[in-house]
Amino acid sequence: MLLEASSVEKWYLRGKGFSNRFFAVNSTDLILESGKVTVLTGRSGSGKTTLMNMMAGLLTPDGGKVLLDGKDLYAMDDNTLSRLRNRHFGMIPQGAEILPDLTVMENILLPIGIYRDRYGRSASEAEECARELLEQMEIGDLSDVPAKELSGGERRRVCAARALAGAPEFVFADEPTSDLDDDNTKIILSVLRQATASGCAVMIVTHDPEALGYADIHYRMDGGSLSVLPEDNKPKEEKIHAI
Amino acid sequence: MNIRKLPFTNLLRKPGRTIALVLLTALLALSVFGGSVVVMSMQRGLKSLESRLGADIIVVPSSAQSKVSFKNMLLQGTTGAFYMSGENLTRTLEVEGVEKAAPQLFLASLKADCCSIKIQVIGIDPETDFIIQPWIEESCRQELGDMDVVVGCDVGVGAGDTLKIYEQYCHVTGKLAPTGTGLDSAVYCNMDTMNKLLKAAEAKGITHDITSEDEGLVSAIYVKVREGYDIGKVNSAIQGHTRKASAVRTKSMITDVSGSLSGISRTVTWLTAAIWILSLVILLIAFAMIVNERKKEFALLRLLGTSRRLLGSVIRIETAVCSLAGGIAGVMIASVFLFPFTKLIESSLGLPYLTPPLPRILLTALATLAGTVIMGSLASAWAAGRLSRVDPGIVLRGN
Ligand SMILES: Nc1ncnc2c1ncn2[C@@H]1O[C@H](COP(=O)(O)OP(=O)(O)OP(=O)(O)O)[C@@H](O)[C@H]1O
Ligand SMILES: [Mg+2]
Repeated sequence: MLLEASSVEKWYLRGKGFSNRFFAVNSTDLILESGKVTVLTGRSGSGKTTLMNMMAGLLTPDGGKVLLDGKDLYAMDDNTLSRLRNRHFGMIPQGAEILPDLTVMENILLPIGIYRDRYGRSASEAEECARELLEQMEIGDLSDVPAKELSGGERRRVCAARALAGAPEFVFADEPTSDLDDDNTKIILSVLRQATASGCAVMIVTHDPEALGYADIHYRMDGGSLSVLPEDNKPKEEKIHAI
Repeated sequence: MNIRKLPFTNLLRKPGRTIALVLLTALLALSVFGGSVVVMSMQRGLKSLESRLGADIIVVPSSAQSKVSFKNMLLQGTTGAFYMSGENLTRTLEVEGVEKAAPQLFLASLKADCCSIKIQVIGIDPETDFIIQPWIEESCRQELGDMDVVVGCDVGVGAGDTLKIYEQYCHVTGKLAPTGTGLDSAVYCNMDTMNKLLKAAEAKGITHDITSEDEGLVSAIYVKVREGYDIGKVNSAIQGHTRKASAVRTKSMITDVSGSLSGISRTVTWLTAAIWILSLVILLIAFAMIVNERKKEFALLRLLGTSRRLLGSVIRIETAVCSLAGGIAGVMIASVFLFPFTKLIESSLGLPYLTPPLPRILLTALATLAGTVIMGSLASAWAAGRLSRVDPGIVLRGN
């Protein structure tokens, strides 16, 4: 599967009486390839989350298109797009949102329980996978804990497990390592990296230089514009074995 | 975690919020159901009163006016121990324009061994009576024979029982439909029986203002004026022709009553409408607040792939369960306060109050439940609709 943004842009109204258009993302092209980790860095407010949300079918662009295998996401009806997000996209949102009244495992399995006729991984397969992931991220004993009791870093790791358990084709991780210590940063990055082994395309937005070591492609965002940094774009296979 | 279970999980794991919503809808259902039942009961009371009150004029002893208010006599069926000569009946019938004149004879309330409440005995003449007789015929076919009585619905005996009044054994031949007035706790018999009971009462030391005469005694005479005659003139004619009696027109009393009744029922209707609108507004605000507080939660569900429609049904099921529970609670609370205390409401209103039959009540309860559920769904649909017009990407990023 190929996810491709073609000249997407997003602007907001700003200034006195909201008279000025402020471009959060300028006309941008981006391709997410399966089996590759794409890392996006850039200063705060440069438009990274905005771009990622548009790629993930969560934010309607003001110009341009986002195409999944040639089909425009934002031309689809809500039901089709929602099902597509549910089946093919996994996301770690920047705020690491979870449902506080559900347990950790209920949160992780929530996406799989949304549609009765959801194809792909079954709930039991997903649960097994989730347990492995939790184990790997060193929160294996938390699966029955109410999510509201988790710390920030634990929540973020639960979000990672939730994003990956359904075996999506695309994973969007918005600052997945922001409240994690060095060890956990390495663990979560390598978990994301692992997902590419089965052909998943991973997009990571981060401020963490550590992530560059796991990147196949590195983009920089500046004031809403994207630039490729080719010198960083060499395979980093050895890093994974180091963990 | 199945999304169809999510509404119930949400309700169970946030008990505070759930209880608050249930209470709110309970208040709504309580006021609407309670208000409707009160209005319906008052209207039914008036209708039964009107249909029973075919009399244009009532003639009572002049001394009675100080003893009992006519209004209460009409509305509440309260009677008193006052008597005049039966001659007045003949005299009334002599007046031109009088179509019918029906005597009634009251026996002072007594505590019968059957009941805890005081009952009144009212003697009627089945031949000429047009006030009570139609009502008796409605409820029981049998004619009132000697020592037969028919009882109001609040008297604790049934047809076939024997009622002992002043040591006299009376055969209960029927029980009347409720009127919502004091007449419900009265016992009715024919004049012969009544005279026997009066004698028995006298023998027990209960005295009357007037000693028995050949013509017998009457307490009140209900008069129907012939078509085409002026009731006011007939009234004065009766007044002039009878002795130690006063004639009173009922029309003015009835209009008085229906006036105050429609006033009260208008007030209750407006009050109900106001409470309904107020609760709708509160409900809308509450749902808007709840949805606003939970907008990240809902945006997250959207992010995970829940379609707008599915999210809508999650929210709808949650509110439907809440408002149904609240509706049932409200109807039940209203029932607990209304139905056991009809007598109290009746006497404090001072108006006839007749609870509607069970099917009507059930229908009203169902309509109330449907109303609360629909209202809750509308309020939540409105709040959810407002939310889902915004992209989840926008909702999630706003902290
Ligand atoms: N809904 C919105 N309304 C107005 N302005 C917005 C909105 N969403 C984003 N912006 C603006 O667009 C710009 C890009 O925002 P975005 O969240 O994409 O930044 P970011 O690169 O992810 O920053 P960070 O690293 O801090 O997360 C910011 O200047 C932000 O203020
Ligand atoms: Mg961001």
